[in-house]
Amino acid sequence: MTPTSAPSFEQQIVDLHDYLLKFARLQLRNHAWAEDAVSETVLAALAKPQAFEQRSQLKSWLVGILKHKIIDLLRQHGREVSTSPASDDDNTDPLEWIAYQADGHFTEAPADWGNPEQDLRNHQFMAIMEACTNKLPATQGRLFLMREWVELSVEEICKDLNLTPTNLYVQLHRARLRLRACLELNWFAKPVSP
Amino acid sequence: MPFHRTCKEVTALVIAREDRQLPWRERVALSIHMKLCEACPAFERQVITMRNAMRQWRNYEDPDLAVPDQRKAPN
Repeated sequence: MTPTSAPSFEQQIVDLHDYLLKFARLQLRNHAWAEDAVSETVLAALAKPQAFEQRSQLKSWLVGILKHKIIDLLRQHGREVSTSPASDDDNTDPLEWIAYQADGHFTEAPADWGNPEQDLRNHQFMAIMEACTNKLPATQGRLFLMREWVELSVEEICKDLNLTPTNLYVQLHRARLRLRACLELNWFAKPVSP
Repeated sequence: MPFHRTCKEVTALVIAREDRQLPWRERVALSIHMKLCEACPAFERQVITMRNAMRQWRNYEDPDLAVPDQRKAPN
Protein backbone atom coordinates (compact mmCIF):
# COMPACT_ATOMS: atom_id res chain seq x y z
CA MET A 1 0.00 0.00 0.00
CA THR A 2 1.43 3.37 -0.96
CA PRO A 3 1.15 6.16 1.58
CA THR A 4 -1.31 8.08 -0.60
CA SER A 5 -3.84 5.27 -1.10
CA ALA A 6 -7.11 5.45 0.79
CA PRO A 7 -7.26 3.46 4.04
CA SER A 8 -8.90 0.04 3.69
CA PHE A 9 -12.48 -0.59 4.79
CA GLU A 10 -11.15 -2.46 7.82
CA GLN A 11 -8.77 0.35 8.72
CA GLN A 12 -11.51 2.96 8.45
CA ILE A 13 -13.67 0.96 10.83
CA VAL A 14 -10.84 0.56 13.31
CA ASP A 15 -10.19 4.30 13.10
CA LEU A 16 -13.76 5.00 14.20
CA HIS A 17 -13.50 2.75 17.24
CA ASP A 18 -12.91 5.58 19.72
CA TYR A 19 -15.69 7.65 18.23
CA LEU A 20 -18.14 4.76 18.69
CA LEU A 21 -16.88 4.10 22.19
CA LYS A 22 -17.53 7.69 23.18
CA PHE A 23 -21.21 7.39 22.28
CA ALA A 24 -21.56 3.91 23.78
CA ARG A 25 -20.15 5.12 27.09
CA LEU A 26 -22.30 8.20 27.10
CA GLN A 27 -25.41 6.09 26.56
CA LEU A 28 -24.60 3.04 28.68
CA ARG A 29 -22.64 4.61 31.56
CA ASN A 30 -20.85 1.33 32.00
CA HIS A 31 -17.43 0.74 30.54
CA ALA A 32 -17.74 -3.04 30.10
CA TRP A 33 -21.12 -2.76 28.37
CA ALA A 34 -19.80 -0.01 26.13
CA GLU A 35 -16.80 -2.14 25.09
CA ASP A 36 -19.17 -5.04 24.34
CA ALA A 37 -21.48 -2.90 22.24
CA VAL A 38 -18.61 -1.45 20.20
CA SER A 39 -16.87 -4.82 19.69
CA GLU A 40 -20.11 -6.35 18.47
CA THR A 41 -20.65 -3.40 16.16
CA VAL A 42 -17.17 -3.68 14.66
CA LEU A 43 -17.51 -7.46 14.22
CA ALA A 44 -20.91 -7.09 12.58
CA ALA A 45 -19.55 -4.44 10.22
CA LEU A 46 -16.48 -6.47 9.27
CA ALA A 47 -18.63 -9.54 8.66
CA LYS A 48 -20.91 -7.75 6.23
CA PRO A 49 -18.93 -5.21 4.25
CA GLN A 50 -21.36 -5.69 1.36
CA ALA A 51 -24.14 -4.22 3.54
CA PHE A 52 -22.30 -0.92 3.38
CA GLU A 53 -22.74 0.30 -0.16
CA GLN A 54 -21.37 3.79 0.18
CA ARG A 55 -24.98 4.87 0.43
CA SER A 56 -24.21 6.69 3.59
CA GLN A 57 -21.21 7.82 5.48
CA LEU A 58 -19.35 4.95 7.07
CA LYS A 59 -19.71 6.77 10.39
CA SER A 60 -23.50 6.93 10.30
CA TRP A 61 -23.74 3.34 9.11
CA LEU A 62 -21.67 2.19 12.10
CA VAL A 63 -23.58 4.38 14.53
CA GLY A 64 -26.79 2.82 13.19
CA ILE A 65 -25.47 -0.66 13.99
CA LEU A 66 -24.20 0.54 17.36
CA LYS A 67 -27.64 1.84 18.33
CA HIS A 68 -29.16 -1.60 17.75
CA LYS A 69 -26.45 -3.26 19.84
CA ILE A 70 -27.03 -0.69 22.58
CA ILE A 71 -30.78 -1.31 22.64
CA ASP A 72 -30.10 -5.05 22.99
CA LEU A 73 -27.78 -4.40 25.93
CA LEU A 74 -30.19 -2.00 27.61
CA ARG A 75 -32.96 -4.59 27.34
CA GLN A 76 -30.69 -7.29 28.65
CA HIS A 77 -29.76 -5.21 31.70
CA GLY A 78 -33.22 -3.66 32.04
CA ARG A 79 -33.49 -3.47 35.81
CA GLU A 80 -29.97 -2.21 36.37
CA VAL A 81 -30.39 0.39 33.66
CA SER A 82 -33.35 2.13 35.25
CA THR A 83 -32.55 1.59 38.92
CA SER A 84 -28.93 2.61 39.37
CA PRO A 85 -28.36 3.64 42.96
CA ALA A 86 -29.54 7.22 43.08
CA SER A 87 -27.91 9.80 45.30
CA ASP A 88 -30.13 12.26 47.15
CA ASP A 89 -29.06 14.81 44.61
CA ASP A 90 -30.49 12.74 41.74
CA ASN A 91 -33.84 12.79 43.44
CA THR A 92 -34.10 16.52 43.78
CA ASP A 93 -36.32 18.33 41.33
CA PRO A 94 -34.10 20.80 39.44
CA LEU A 95 -37.17 23.02 39.23
CA GLU A 96 -36.31 23.93 42.80
CA TRP A 97 -32.96 25.38 41.64
CA ILE A 98 -34.71 28.07 39.67
CA ALA A 99 -35.52 31.16 41.72
CA TYR A 100 -39.21 31.99 41.69
CA GLN A 101 -41.00 34.65 43.66
CA ALA A 102 -43.65 33.70 46.19
CA ASP A 103 -46.34 34.06 43.53
CA GLY A 104 -44.53 31.59 41.25
CA HIS A 105 -43.04 34.12 38.81
CA PHE A 106 -39.40 34.09 37.77
CA THR A 107 -37.21 36.17 40.08
CA GLU A 108 -34.86 36.70 37.16
CA ALA A 109 -35.70 35.95 33.53
CA PRO A 110 -33.85 33.05 31.90
CA ALA A 111 -30.83 34.23 29.91
CA ASP A 112 -30.97 34.86 26.19
CA TRP A 113 -28.65 32.21 24.73
CA GLY A 114 -28.97 33.52 21.19
CA ASN A 115 -29.08 30.84 18.50
CA PRO A 116 -25.79 29.06 19.11
CA GLU A 117 -27.01 25.94 17.27
CA GLN A 118 -27.36 27.96 14.08
CA ASP A 119 -24.22 30.01 14.00
CA LEU A 120 -20.47 29.61 14.15
CA ARG A 121 -20.44 29.09 17.88
CA ASN A 122 -22.11 25.77 17.13
CA HIS A 123 -18.88 23.84 17.74
CA GLN A 124 -18.50 25.27 21.25
CA PHE A 125 -22.15 24.85 22.15
CA MET A 126 -22.21 21.20 21.05
CA ALA A 127 -19.10 20.46 23.10
CA ILE A 128 -20.66 22.01 26.21
CA MET A 129 -23.94 20.19 25.62
CA GLU A 130 -22.13 16.88 25.31
CA ALA A 131 -20.16 17.53 28.50
CA CYS A 132 -23.37 18.52 30.32
CA THR A 133 -25.12 15.35 29.07
CA ASN A 134 -22.21 13.33 30.38
CA LYS A 135 -22.67 14.91 33.81
CA LEU A 136 -26.27 13.75 34.18
CA PRO A 137 -26.81 11.11 36.88
CA ALA A 138 -26.51 7.61 35.32
CA THR A 139 -30.17 6.61 35.15
CA GLN A 140 -31.34 10.03 34.00
CA GLY A 141 -28.58 10.15 31.41
CA ARG A 142 -29.44 6.75 29.98
CA LEU A 143 -33.14 7.45 29.75
CA PHE A 144 -32.56 10.90 28.28
CA LEU A 145 -30.25 9.52 25.58
CA MET A 146 -32.62 6.67 24.80
CA ARG A 147 -35.10 9.41 23.91
CA GLU A 148 -32.76 11.89 22.26
CA TRP A 149 -30.00 9.85 20.74
CA VAL A 150 -31.44 6.37 20.11
CA GLU A 151 -34.76 8.11 19.35
CA LEU A 152 -37.04 5.65 21.10
CA SER A 153 -40.59 6.64 21.94
CA VAL A 154 -41.79 6.86 25.53
CA GLU A 155 -43.84 3.69 24.92
CA GLU A 156 -40.80 1.78 23.64
CA ILE A 157 -38.60 2.82 26.56
CA CYS A 158 -41.29 1.88 29.09
CA LYS A 159 -41.75 -1.50 27.45
CA ASP A 160 -38.01 -2.23 27.14
CA LEU A 161 -37.22 -1.29 30.73
CA ASN A 162 -40.51 -2.12 32.37
CA LEU A 163 -41.10 1.45 33.58
CA THR A 164 -44.37 3.30 34.03
CA PRO A 165 -44.79 6.41 31.87
CA THR A 166 -45.13 8.53 35.04
CA ASN A 167 -41.80 7.25 36.30
CA LEU A 168 -40.13 7.90 32.95
CA TYR A 169 -41.59 11.42 32.69
CA VAL A 170 -40.22 12.32 36.11
CA GLN A 171 -36.72 11.18 35.11
CA LEU A 172 -36.85 12.98 31.77
CA HIS A 173 -38.13 16.16 33.43
CA ARG A 174 -35.16 16.11 35.81
CA ALA A 175 -32.67 15.30 33.05
CA ARG A 176 -33.90 18.11 30.78
CA LEU A 177 -33.92 20.69 33.57
CA ARG A 178 -30.47 19.63 34.75
CA LEU A 179 -29.12 19.89 31.24
CA ARG A 180 -30.64 23.35 30.90
CA ALA A 181 -29.16 24.48 34.21
CA CYS A 182 -25.73 23.20 33.15
CA LEU A 183 -25.99 25.01 29.80
CA GLU A 184 -27.17 28.21 31.47
CA LEU A 185 -24.15 28.09 33.72
CA ASN A 186 -21.54 27.05 31.17
CA TRP A 187 -22.81 28.59 27.99
CA PHE A 188 -24.24 31.88 29.09
CA ALA A 189 -21.47 32.54 31.58
CA LYS A 190 -18.93 32.04 28.80
CA PRO A 191 -17.81 35.19 27.05
CA VAL A 192 -19.02 35.15 23.47
CA SER A 193 -16.04 34.67 21.21
CA PRO A 194 -16.18 35.51 17.53
CA MET B 1 -59.12 31.33 37.05
CA PRO B 2 -59.01 27.98 35.28
CA PHE B 3 -56.33 29.03 32.79
CA HIS B 4 -54.02 30.83 35.17
CA ARG B 5 -50.58 29.26 35.50
CA THR B 6 -47.51 30.53 37.36
CA CYS B 7 -44.11 30.69 35.68
CA LYS B 8 -43.07 27.69 37.73
CA GLU B 9 -45.97 25.66 36.38
CA VAL B 10 -45.26 26.87 32.86
CA THR B 11 -41.60 25.85 33.18
CA ALA B 12 -42.72 22.29 33.97
CA LEU B 13 -45.19 22.31 31.06
CA VAL B 14 -42.61 23.51 28.54
CA ILE B 15 -40.29 20.70 29.64
CA ALA B 16 -43.07 18.10 29.64
CA ARG B 17 -44.05 19.05 26.10
CA GLU B 18 -40.74 17.65 24.85
CA ASP B 19 -41.91 14.15 25.77
CA ARG B 20 -45.70 14.11 25.69
CA GLN B 21 -48.65 15.92 24.23
CA LEU B 22 -50.22 18.23 26.78
CA PRO B 23 -53.97 18.11 27.48
CA TRP B 24 -55.85 20.87 25.66
CA ARG B 25 -56.50 22.80 28.86
CA GLU B 26 -52.77 23.01 29.55
CA ARG B 27 -52.05 24.00 25.96
CA VAL B 28 -54.51 26.88 26.19
CA ALA B 29 -53.16 27.98 29.56
CA LEU B 30 -49.62 27.83 28.18
CA SER B 31 -50.33 29.98 25.16
CA ILE B 32 -52.18 32.58 27.25
CA HIS B 33 -49.31 32.75 29.72
CA MET B 34 -46.74 33.12 26.91
CA LYS B 35 -48.55 36.18 25.59
CA LEU B 36 -48.57 37.88 28.98
CA CYS B 37 -45.17 36.93 30.36
CA GLU B 38 -41.70 38.09 29.34
CA ALA B 39 -39.61 35.55 31.19
CA CYS B 40 -41.31 32.33 30.07
CA PRO B 41 -40.82 32.86 26.31
CA ALA B 42 -37.10 33.20 27.07
CA PHE B 43 -37.20 29.85 28.83
CA GLU B 44 -39.08 28.36 25.90
CA ARG B 45 -36.41 29.62 23.47
CA GLN B 46 -33.73 27.90 25.54
CA VAL B 47 -35.64 24.62 25.36
CA ILE B 48 -36.05 24.99 21.59
CA THR B 49 -32.32 25.67 21.23
CA MET B 50 -31.63 22.48 23.19
CA ARG B 51 -34.05 20.56 20.96
CA ASN B 52 -32.39 21.82 17.76
CA ALA B 53 -28.90 21.23 19.06
CA MET B 54 -29.79 17.67 20.13
CA ARG B 55 -31.13 16.96 16.66
CA GLN B 56 -27.89 18.08 15.04
CA TRP B 57 -25.87 16.13 17.56
CA ARG B 58 -27.69 12.83 17.03
CA ASN B 59 -27.43 13.19 13.26
CA TYR B 60 -23.67 12.95 13.74
CA GLU B 61 -23.12 16.48 12.66
CA ASP B 62 -20.38 16.40 15.22
CA PRO B 63 -18.32 19.57 15.56
CA ASP B 64 -15.87 18.35 12.92
CA LEU B 65 -18.62 18.18 10.37
CA ALA B 66 -20.83 20.99 11.58
CA VAL B 67 -18.27 23.68 10.91
CA PRO B 68 -16.31 22.21 8.01
CA ASP B 69 -14.98 25.52 6.74
CA GLN B 70 -12.90 26.13 9.82
CA ARG B 71 -11.11 22.84 9.41
CA LYS B 72 -10.39 22.94 5.73
CA ALA B 73 -6.66 23.25 5.57
CA PRO B 74 -5.23 24.97 2.51
CA ASN B 75 -3.49 22.41 0.33
